[in-house]
Amino acid sequence: MHPSALYSRAAPTWREKLAEVNWGLILLISCLASAGFAALTAAAGGSVDPWAGRQAARFAVFLPAMVAVALIPLRVWYALAWPAYFGTFALLVAVEVMGHIGMGAQRWINLGFVQVQPSELMKVALVLALARYFHGAPGEAVRSPVFLLPPIAAIAAPMALVLVQPDLGTAAVLGLAGAAVLFLAGAPLWLFGGGLVALAAAVPVAWHCLHDYQRARVLTFLNPSADPLGAGYHITQSKIAIGSGGLWGKGFGEGTQARLHFLPEQQTDFIFALWAEEWGFAGGAGLLALVGLIVVYGLWAALSCRAGFARLLALGLTVNFALYVFINTGMVMGLLPVVGVPFPLMSYGGTSMLAVMGGFGLVMSAYVHRAGRL
Amino acid sequence: MKRATPMDKIFTRRAVLLGAGQAALLALLGGRLAWLQVVEGPRYKTLADENRIDLQILPPARGEIVDITGAPLAKGERAFALLATPEEAHDLEGILRRLQRVINLPDEAIETALRRAGRGPGFIPVEVKEHLTWPEVAAVSVRLPDLPGLSVETRHIRRYPLGPAAAHPLGYVGAVSRKDLQAPEARPILSVPGFKIGKAGLERALEDALRGKAGAAEVEINARGRRVRELSRRPPALGATVRLTLHAGLQSAVAGHLARERSASAVVLDIPTGAVRALVSHPAYDPNAFVRGLSAEEWEGLLSDPGLPLTDKAVGGLYPPASTFKMVTALAALEAGTMAAPTQVLCPGHFDYGGHRFHCWNHGGHGSLDVVGALTQSCDTFFYQVGLDTGIDAIAAMARRLGLGASPSLGLPEEKAGLVPDKAWKAARRRDKVWHGGETVIAAIGQGYLQATPLQLAVMTARLASGSRVRPFLVESVGARAAPRSAPEPLGLDAGHLALVKTGMRAVMTGPLGTGRASAAPAGAGWQIAGKTGTAQVRRITQAQRDAGIKNEDLVWARRHHALFVGYAPVAAPRYACCVVVEHGISGGRTAAPLARDILADAMRL
Repeated sequence: MHPSALYSRAAPTWREKLAEVNWGLILLISCLASAGFAALTAAAGGSVDPWAGRQAARFAVFLPAMVAVALIPLRVWYALAWPAYFGTFALLVAVEVMGHIGMGAQRWINLGFVQVQPSELMKVALVLALARYFHGAPGEAVRSPVFLLPPIAAIAAPMALVLVQPDLGTAAVLGLAGAAVLFLAGAPLWLFGGGLVALAAAVPVAWHCLHDYQRARVLTFLNPSADPLGAGYHITQSKIAIGSGGLWGKGFGEGTQARLHFLPEQQTDFIFALWAEEWGFAGGAGLLALVGLIVVYGLWAALSCRAGFARLLALGLTVNFALYVFINTGMVMGLLPVVGVPFPLMSYGGTSMLAVMGGFGLVMSAYVHRAGRL
Repeated sequence: MKRATPMDKIFTRRAVLLGAGQAALLALLGGRLAWLQVVEGPRYKTLADENRIDLQILPPARGEIVDITGAPLAKGERAFALLATPEEAHDLEGILRRLQRVINLPDEAIETALRRAGRGPGFIPVEVKEHLTWPEVAAVSVRLPDLPGLSVETRHIRRYPLGPAAAHPLGYVGAVSRKDLQAPEARPILSVPGFKIGKAGLERALEDALRGKAGAAEVEINARGRRVRELSRRPPALGATVRLTLHAGLQSAVAGHLARERSASAVVLDIPTGAVRALVSHPAYDPNAFVRGLSAEEWEGLLSDPGLPLTDKAVGGLYPPASTFKMVTALAALEAGTMAAPTQVLCPGHFDYGGHRFHCWNHGGHGSLDVVGALTQSCDTFFYQVGLDTGIDAIAAMARRLGLGASPSLGLPEEKAGLVPDKAWKAARRRDKVWHGGETVIAAIGQGYLQATPLQLAVMTARLASGSRVRPFLVESVGARAAPRSAPEPLGLDAGHLALVKTGMRAVMTGPLGTGRASAAPAGAGWQIAGKTGTAQVRRITQAQRDAGIKNEDLVWARRHHALFVGYAPVAAPRYACCVVVEHGISGGRTAAPLARDILADAMRL
């Protein structure tokens, strides 16, 4: 069936839509998540408790939810874009006001039955809102500074809130994902040049505002051997874990760095290091290839969409996903300072998984409804 | 199908560009991975596998806390812990059961040890019992050959020789909690088994200085984590010795005196310097019990005690200063010129203002009094009138000048700033913003919104006694570094006014009508006390109660008045200032003043 046939009648049936859902992407996502279950099992010393089991249970709940998101007409998401953005923003403010202290930084909010991390949800909500804003915007408008001001504010406001939490990594993802959507929407190039200059100018000021531990992390990144027992400990151990994996790895559950607890936070931020230690370059590169395939799918989905909202959404969310991977792996391999960004779908954590899978649900919704004009 | 617009073209072009950028980044990451794992792989393999260099953290010994004479207040003491290495023990449970016949080892301890052993790798020792007595060490040591896998480890534990007497200023150390470990400033040292950190008081406030610096031993271990040999060692740096201004002997003596009451606190200040010589809150807990680990019942007992043993009432207890505030009102009035030495007020036993009758504690009335007489007999009516003439803002300004309303900043986590109300403070409130004259009337006798801690009242007394801005401090030096101090500068109060107030304070103790005359310095001591009593209402006395003649003693403990006393000695050359607050002690003159006399007598013997 040709996709335009979906719109030849008043409404396509669910069955017709279900056939349009890209099951290949779902397979790729499931592969990535399964690698996560294996790594989480290894992190718990070969036990599904406490991490792998719960992570798998969440995945089992989120997977049908993701398909449901894909089937819901895109115009519903279009209509929900601003409410989602402002709702998440309100949650972010609430975290500031009454947030629980988790991992030394205020990132969590307790809704009674579940703890959510609004900054993770904001990564999706921001792309949604920006895609909504630029939907159908003509070239003249996109080049006008006045028109560009609201989206820049929409990026800057949550970034500022996340920065004071303080969560450098999420702020970076928000800023870069927002910039990517602006870029795709056709914003003039001087904007990005200017942004870079402003960023460079802000570095001394930002340095002044950083917490001591954040400064220590940046300094450690610049010279990890300066304090191998202190702040440099994590990154040194992470590099030893990855490097000692060699070409084929040490095998499942055999990672000595992980098993002997040299590797910090091995179930969350440093899970890639555990994976690379146990499965070697073959496994690590395979994981990166998987990510590459997902990115290619996202790009292809975006390019097949007709409506501006759909393609901005699809590609913006794909870039968002890729940014997680770039920052996380760059961090554990010593290319970037340790800023606390999870590896999507592999790192243990419910909100992060919810945000990533919700995001892919939206990408698929864009693809399923690619022929529509909204 | 519609034609591609220019915007479509831009999107496509930029989407492809972005895709290429992502591909390039992925390639870069893949390259880095190849570099680490394939090119550098053998090197990292050496680090991790065959000859893994393990940095073992060597915990530093915690710095001592000593008193002003150098006597220890918190020190390290050797203790013995019994450890078991599961993989060497084979049948750990059987061995522990056999051990039960040798030493006192509860079943729960065995269960805990087995649980710990099941969780970790078999070569890492688990703790079986933390504090072994000498006989137990001896008993286990001789049987060690028959108890494979067991070992006795020497550790340092924290001892507090003064026990509960100095519990509140010192605080205690305890095991590292999950929250401590997750704090952003957490160091790897915190995860060393058995490591203790400051949890309360100065132990917590001075944690960084007391902890010292962790050392490290580079140890060669094989792939199974077993130790092969030590390669190098960087010894840990001992934590700094902290010297306090407290005097251990005086601290214990004060705690002994306060033990006569159910709930009380006291502060002794060295007036010329501001050094805190004693800081006691009673009841207290035994910090040594915290180090050992409290049982659930002990903890429940501490939580439910109405005397609040976990709270440092000397720096964190807020009380209406009551009549001890009358010096502030008197000085404010003298400085403002609304009252002078000869000014007389007639006390008929009550004071009518704004359609309301304010009672003097002496319902029969004091007759006509001047300021010295009013302080001596603690006449309320005199200060109602004088306070009203002076106004709340001038009174509040004088209170702040004498050290009330702001935290004294000793560096203790529990310190409170108290409250000195004025018109601006009330205007900033959400409701009921207007200051009423009746509020000035009760503030003049230290009631109403006014709140102060015993420490603040002691500072006020020291400032009155010396006429200088005495600032209290508790930490004499940290390591070799003495805290910088300057001599307190004069408050700039008129010497005649101060002398007048001090004459009143002296007459409180020595005058025939003084409210504290029963607690004057012992005869033949060669020195005198000047002071002021105070009795703070915990709840309003109703007219019905007054008419029924119900005495405060007849009320349940928690409804009785607080008893306060502030004073200094010797009168001639003020050396020590003291504040005593007895919660629900009924009357300052009867309960707090005798305690203060005994405390000052002890201080004078130093």
